[in-house]
Amino acid sequence: MKYAYYPGCSLEYNALAYDVSVRKVADLLGFTLEEIDDWNCCGATEYFSQDELTAASVIARNLALVEPDVDQLVAPCAACYCNLIKVDRLMTNHPATGEKINEALAAGNLHYQPGRVRIRHILDMIYEDVGEAAIRQKVVRPLTGLKVAPYYGCQVVRPITADNTEYPTRMDELFTWLGAEVIDYPAKTHCCGGHMTQISELQAFELIRRLLHSAVSRGANVILCACPMCQLNLDAYQGRVATHFKTNLRVPILYFTQVLGLALGIDAPSLGFGKEIVSAEPVLEATLGTTLLQSAPS
Amino acid sequence: MINPPATVRDASFLHEVISETPGGERIVHCMQCGSCAGSCPNGPDMDHTPRVLFALIAAGQRKKVLSSNTMWCCVSCYACTSRCPQNIPVTDIMYALKRISLREGMANTTDAPALAQTFTGLLDRYGRSFEFGLASRYYLFNKPLSMLRMGPLGLRMFTRGRMSLRPSKIRQLDQLQAIIEKARQLGGTA
Ligand code: SF4
Ligand code: SF4
Repeated sequence: MKYAYYPGCSLEYNALAYDVSVRKVADLLGFTLEEIDDWNCCGATEYFSQDELTAASVIARNLALVEPDVDQLVAPCAACYCNLIKVDRLMTNHPATGEKINEALAAGNLHYQPGRVRIRHILDMIYEDVGEAAIRQKVVRPLTGLKVAPYYGCQVVRPITADNTEYPTRMDELFTWLGAEVIDYPAKTHCCGGHMTQISELQAFELIRRLLHSAVSRGANVILCACPMCQLNLDAYQGRVATHFKTNLRVPILYFTQVLGLALGIDAPSLGFGKEIVSAEPVLEATLGTTLLQSAPS
Repeated sequence: MINPPATVRDASFLHEVISETPGGERIVHCMQCGSCAGSCPNGPDMDHTPRVLFALIAAGQRKKVLSSNTMWCCVSCYACTSRCPQNIPVTDIMYALKRISLREGMANTTDAPALAQTFTGLLDRYGRSFEFGLASRYYLFNKPLSMLRMGPLGLRMFTRGRMSLRPSKIRQLDQLQAIIEKARQLGGTA
């Protein structure tokens, strides 16, 4: 099956581990991801805060660039996914606005027919289009002993999701199929603070502390993310949060596709391990094998 | 035409907010239940919770609303939107209030507007976001002291290949900039 792939800016550098693991996993599961040629930034939350029509037009350019023979788009970044789907809905539900957006696109010789491209998050794509039976069958390295806390955060499950908004379970189910012990914890859809780490640190630190504590106090030894912002906040700021609150919290934060890739037998170094600030090596080696991360890249 | 609640003295601000927000008409159905405020991760740091803000909008308190930090504390987590029993697009109204307060020069209570403007400035210029550029410009102009604390983290991100010192650019920048220019001409309000 062929999908247009929208990596988004975070996946170029900050979330490179997400990008490489998504590509590897998709490949193994038999999906063709065709990167949208010359895609541009989705504007995150920042463009909508200033100018709605421009924000929407900038996002719509990406939808217009999807090749005509492809009708589905997959985005791993929660914010990109949310923005793309938001603009598609905006154009569909408010045709006058849709026309204005197309007028702007026309200045670049582009056009987008609202509703033409089905926009999906990578988690939904794996959950729905591969499904339990096929995934179970493909597990070559069961995640026995790994205690994972799936972290959904915000924009994967809000405002639009095929999962349950209040109590999503798709990532939980997926990791049960992979043989991991899945930790249920009340903060799994709480906010990581978003860009507050840059604006008002202490405000964000409290949210991060609560989240980490919620998962770790229930036994998690790794937290799984489906969003670059979540991963960045929980991983990169973890040390400072621990210092600030004088705790010894320390838990690796990985992209769910990295750990999924391990279970599917993909060579560990090619899944982007080692890019996390809080190293996952001790936990993974203690549970899955001592030489796991040293094997030669494929 | 939307009928404002009977208690409203001056409905012009209410209408301004509605016309700035797709689906904003729903705001008149706010029943002050507080689900939004209770769900908001940043409620405790806001001058007014979203619930209070909506009461102020209905009461025509334009200046109080636009000069508050409330919408700038909003990180678009959509918890309020997904829980509002009246299907009010709370997050989108926060976006609308940010835009109005920026236009009116009333957004000066937090550093959020500066971050937003630095971010989109880079997008307009390169077509991609540029984390190093964002961090260096934003911290340099807004929080020079924090730069010292951010330094070691930036270095660790850099050595792990998670940060580039050079922006990546899209190929068809002219095309993107033409779209942006046209969208601006058509008016900021969608
Ligand atoms: S949740 Fe909705 S109805 Fe309740 S106070 Fe907030 S906006 Fe009003
Ligand atoms: S979207 Fe904004 S206002 Fe709504 S709950 Fe989240 S942070 Fe609060």
